[in-house]
Amino acid sequence: MTDETKKKVEDKILGLVTEYVGKKRFKPIDIVKEMEKEFASEGLTKDDIKAALKDLMDEEKLVYGYAGGSFLTVPENK
Amino acid sequence: MGKKHQTPLLDELKKGKWISFVKEIERAAEKSERTEDLLGQVEESYRDKVNHWKHGGMAGVKGYGAGMVGRFSEFPEKYPGIKECHSMRIIPSAGFFYNTDFLRKLADISEKHAGGLLNFHGATGNIQILGMSQVEAEDVFQAVAELGFDLGGSGSDLRTPSCCAGQARCEFANYDTMKICRHLTEEYLDELHRPAFNYKFKFKFSGCANDCVASAARSDLAFIGTWKDKIKINQDEVKNYAKKFNVQKYVLDKCPTKCMWFESENLVIDDENCVKCMHCINELPKALKAGDERGCSILIGAKAPLVTGPRMGMMLVPFYDVNEDAKNDYEWLKSLISNMWEFWDEYGVSRERIGELIGRVGLNTFLEGIGLEPIPEMVEHPRSNPFIKFTEDEEE
Repeated sequence: MTDETKKKVEDKILGLVTEYVGKKRFKPIDIVKEMEKEFASEGLTKDDIKAALKDLMDEEKLVYGYAGGSFLTVPENK
Repeated sequence: MGKKHQTPLLDELKKGKWISFVKEIERAAEKSERTEDLLGQVEESYRDKVNHWKHGGMAGVKGYGAGMVGRFSEFPEKYPGIKECHSMRIIPSAGFFYNTDFLRKLADISEKHAGGLLNFHGATGNIQILGMSQVEAEDVFQAVAELGFDLGGSGSDLRTPSCCAGQARCEFANYDTMKICRHLTEEYLDELHRPAFNYKFKFKFSGCANDCVASAARSDLAFIGTWKDKIKINQDEVKNYAKKFNVQKYVLDKCPTKCMWFESENLVIDDENCVKCMHCINELPKALKAGDERGCSILIGAKAPLVTGPRMGMMLVPFYDVNEDAKNDYEWLKSLISNMWEFWDEYGVSRERIGELIGRVGLNTFLEGIGLEPIPEMVEHPRSNPFIKFTEDEEE
């Protein structure tokens, strides 16, 4: 996965989670499946998408929440 | 100093000869105002017969999606000390061995940053530091990391693997539970710290069917020590036991498959019908020993009651040559686990444990999905099979 593609994936993930805050709780696997569909033509693997998710966590653009099961959300201060 | 909160119901739990968790909380409360507030809220919980914690929410340390369990008081004004009362889970050493220096330092961390309460160990096997707020979490984490320990699992991830003391302390252990537990813990740290599953997933390793870590009932993938060849019998020791107690009544008659009997004074075992339950070996440890061809059975799908009710593990791999696979860093096992997680990712739904998924799609589909050949020994319990259904006429 090129840096450019990775950036596109990260932006897409961030946009999706942000858009649905308070409406839908995405599990990481939901995001992986969604991105696999979205970027099917670019041949992204699950591991590529998981790596993009990991970067978003490390940069604290996304955090984990818990309500019966784990889900992704944006940090409260954002 | 007088008590901050009156706790007549909790005081009842201090009576009697057993260790009381109330006494322990009170001891911690002598040094911690927040733990005093904990006593007040727990008293209310006993009075109202409901707990007053708000569950979940946001609690954690940077870079980790797991390892902290969020708890918020329903009455933050009344009990400000426990407005936030989170737990931090710490991966234990395999087999739960610690030196006293570590325990003292951990106690100091708990007193300094939390409520002075520790949990050794939680149901999943973690050490837990109880009663901290989010702002203290990072400091606690750093202090724990300096001791060489890391956070455990929580949420929809791989939960901290746990094992019995195995060959370190127990003559019955059929394989090195601590070695495989530590290896898989290190291998799957990412899965432990970043919840990416449909729901939780647990490994537990027991050295024999006595199953001291309750793996058959509590883990999605249970590894229970067993052997393939014949039980080794020392007839002289059998005779010694027979002089001390009624071996027929307490051992042979309690064998679940009745696969052992006396011929004159000698004990005979029909090993083909032995289900390796360990009862006879427990009762006659000097006379009977497991065979030499040792390994473990792998059971899948056990879980506690939440969501769809409890399940016991079912037999997936009757004999896994763990000692041989250990020479290759457990490559065969890791490939099997990877296939399982892939299938579960693909077909599982939210909050569905892998055992429930197998129940929903059927064992045949699951086995096909993970690339394992079905064999007759894959049973839910002895003398049953999940593949062939007989009508009542056929059974007769």
